[in-house]
Amino acid sequence: MKWETVIGLEVHTQLATRSKIFSGSSTAFGAAPNTQASAVDIALPGVLPVLNKGAVECAIKFGLAIGATLNRVNVFDRKNYFYPDLPKGYQISQLAKPIVEGGALKIIVDGEEKTVHLTRAHLEEDAGKSLHEDFHGMTGIDLNRAGTPLLEIVSEPEMRSSAEAVAYARALHTLVTWIGICDGNMQEGSFRVDANVSVRPLGQQEFGTRREIKNLNSFRFLQQAIDYEVRWQIETLEDGGRIEQATVLFDPDRGETRMMRSKEEAHDYRYFPDPDLLPVRLDEDWIGAVRATLPELPAAMQARFQSEYGVSAYDASVLTGSRALADYFESAARACGQGKLAANWVMGELSAALNKAELDIAQSPVSAAQLGTLIARIQDGTLSGKLAKQVFEGLWEGAGEVDAIIEARGLKQMSDSGELEKIIDEVLAANPKSIEEFRAGKDKAFNALVGQVMKASRGKANPAQVNELLKTKLQ
Amino acid sequence: MSEASLSALAAQLASKQISSRELAQQYLGRIAALNPSINAFITVDAEKTLREAAAADALIAAGQAGPLTGVPIAHKDIFCTDGWLTTCGSKMLSNFVAPYDAHVIQRFKAAGMPSLGKTNMDEFAMGSSNETSHFGAVKNPWNPSYVPGGSSGGAAACVAARMAPAATGTDTGGSIRQPAALCGITGLKPTYGLVSRYGMIAFASSLDQAGPMAPSAEDCALLLNVMTGFDPNDSTSLEREKEDYTRDLDKPLNGLRVGLPREFFAEGLNSEVAAAVEAAVNELKKLGATTVEISLANSQLAIPVYYVLAPAEASSNLSRFDGVRYGYRAPEYGNLDDMYGKTRAQGFGAEVKRRIMIGAYVLSHGYYDAYYLQAQKIRRLIADDFNEAFKACDVILGPTAPGTAFKLGEKSDDPVEMYLNDLYTIPANLAGLPGMSLPCGFDAKGLPIGLQLVGNYFSEAKMLNVAHQYQRATDWHSRQPEGLK
Repeated sequence: MKWETVIGLEVHTQLATRSKIFSGSSTAFGAAPNTQASAVDIALPGVLPVLNKGAVECAIKFGLAIGATLNRVNVFDRKNYFYPDLPKGYQISQLAKPIVEGGALKIIVDGEEKTVHLTRAHLEEDAGKSLHEDFHGMTGIDLNRAGTPLLEIVSEPEMRSSAEAVAYARALHTLVTWIGICDGNMQEGSFRVDANVSVRPLGQQEFGTRREIKNLNSFRFLQQAIDYEVRWQIETLEDGGRIEQATVLFDPDRGETRMMRSKEEAHDYRYFPDPDLLPVRLDEDWIGAVRATLPELPAAMQARFQSEYGVSAYDASVLTGSRALADYFESAARACGQGKLAANWVMGELSAALNKAELDIAQSPVSAAQLGTLIARIQDGTLSGKLAKQVFEGLWEGAGEVDAIIEARGLKQMSDSGELEKIIDEVLAANPKSIEEFRAGKDKAFNALVGQVMKASRGKANPAQVNELLKTKLQ
Repeated sequence: MSEASLSALAAQLASKQISSRELAQQYLGRIAALNPSINAFITVDAEKTLREAAAADALIAAGQAGPLTGVPIAHKDIFCTDGWLTTCGSKMLSNFVAPYDAHVIQRFKAAGMPSLGKTNMDEFAMGSSNETSHFGAVKNPWNPSYVPGGSSGGAAACVAARMAPAATGTDTGGSIRQPAALCGITGLKPTYGLVSRYGMIAFASSLDQAGPMAPSAEDCALLLNVMTGFDPNDSTSLEREKEDYTRDLDKPLNGLRVGLPREFFAEGLNSEVAAAVEAAVNELKKLGATTVEISLANSQLAIPVYYVLAPAEASSNLSRFDGVRYGYRAPEYGNLDDMYGKTRAQGFGAEVKRRIMIGAYVLSHGYYDAYYLQAQKIRRLIADDFNEAFKACDVILGPTAPGTAFKLGEKSDDPVEMYLNDLYTIPANLAGLPGMSLPCGFDAKGLPIGLQLVGNYFSEAKMLNVAHQYQRATDWHSRQPEGLK
């Protein structure tokens, strides 16, 4: 039987606000346990939540960026359950009336574009952390994270492979960091993915029973976990078994998912509207003001890169992989007026060097302005492509500006045809055999002569000019 | 001293006839003498009180005194008070010393009013008799065999026994007004949102409201001036211009339209209470008021609606008492669930557990629509009735409670009978309206009878005006228990 995989993702993005969603405590990562937990965060008797408008604005930005409906009145609910790192005994979240509904995101898988629709995105607070190590027979509670604002982004079950799920997660990651609502740091838990996975016989309308894989904190784990889970579900069904609705965890060491809780163990969260918080009202002025702060979005920028700089659709999507990369490309392209060449350099030489050094675009030792100047020197004939690579190395090492490096290292392309003619004459005089062979119709001999001239010029001759002059002289 | 109004005490302090320290000492002396039999206070800390009084004296000496600087006050043990044991009447918080001040406490401190201590209350404000307190029942100063009402029973009793010139209370379904009625004092529950709930331990967040309790309406007006005001720490706090609640006290009542809800004078009302309330109506007529019969038909559903909504909110609000971070934790337990179970089984009393269970039930999957949502709809209808009624009248008048104080233990085994005591007070909470209770007579047993006024939103000044004019014409509010004088 042929099976079809159905995947929907729930992504918890930690919002990049300075303070928590319902208190003034800092959200900075890595502080000593419980040093960023105020009276509100530890839920002392009598304390009350006050909504951080910055978190609401992050959600508005996201809704605008994905073309969603922003609910003009949205409501915070209490999700009730007991856990030691949940200080109030309930999490403040949004159930019936989330701030964002609908919207869509475009992904590209194997060159095919696909649209993934979103169900909703709602604001909620994070819980604290239970620390089971370091405390013999006891559990430590760190409430620094309690109350950190999250936007939970829920997709429709529209993905059909782990590759699509990863492409969607990456596109979402790009978007939330692009619009500055999330730092995107997956190791620190700023972007956590839950995957709802089911399989069904190809062609069947109704969905199979899903299992939810919780808390995947890398794209690789997302892919591995889904692949394992899909295999497991298909094997189970083909062996005549049934899939029970469940929540599972992925063990990266063993590459397996394992049961966390079954449907029967699922909580009744007894949701109800939080009476401590008023419904959130979004008026057009507020939305308009937030809209004005939105940068150009990846999709719009891709289209513009294609029309303005003549780059391919694929290149445009690579160049908009992050806002920093896109900004870098655009600065370089503007500095040299050569979009395609700039794209090639950014995606080629620069990316390779950055990857090798494990550096981010923001940490690039070569600035966009420098790269732009370098490309301009290729364009004006000062440098050949080969010489330019040497100049790039100089820039990477911090040896100075482009023209200074060219000067200091004597990398200027030979433009004086008299000097070049002299070299060619010397080469021709030294290689009578090659001349004979060429005249006998062997093209290879011509290339050998070009190589000799380039060598004699120590790479500084303009290859096109060499070709031209050689041809004239040999005729 | 025990005769003096707040304004008289303030005048004595201002003219240096008495110092705040001396005043506090006199009240502390009275507490020491009377509290062992009345049990109105959970915590008294003379040293702290006198330190605050000395600070108030310094303010007076420096000419920086406000209208009530130096006048002491007792606070319900529901308000977190920095450095003070704050128990909410529960074993669960029997070891909890608050590390911060509730907004209300901050305001009284800023006004230079020393705290006389923390008053007894029904556990987590759940009760109408003060018998659910972990710290023992409070006795009614008019007759120690009788309850003082609740949940602000300690506050009402300490004012009635003049152990404090005034007290703070909170009112979720009548917890200021009903004990004020049963103890023969004046108490006011303001419009929801007028007084910040920050630092007030939550029972039912959408209903809870703090207010003043004192012998007279004039006292309550002065206290309200201190208590009210916008607080950015409470999202339900209302941003309004500051009012002077004493401004209309002396206005004549000519042309006042008093609404008498048919449903509040029907079956279930004690005849002595009915007679006293009718006499009060006649008194107001003499002062220039007219009456109009109104209907609050949906108010008959107030008790069932309240006992869905308040427990629902409470079940969630009380989840934080889990033994993890503060408060009581069971001494012995197995795993985590066992710790939660034992801690909450031992830390909460029977009435609190009953309401947590009701609340969890009405919010649970499959019952939410039938109970919680339905109750919210009726709550809206109850508020609509009031809106309609206020087109025909300026203030609504009726009994505060269906009877006078009952005997200790008389209703403690019958929760429903106990709940019926709040029949007339709950509708104002559900609608978010201000309500107040003032003394209007005594029954044959010598127990006080309370008269209730319910006003439109933000009409506290009007209600205080009516109450003050009534109190100028009568002396019920200045009577004191004979044996305690």
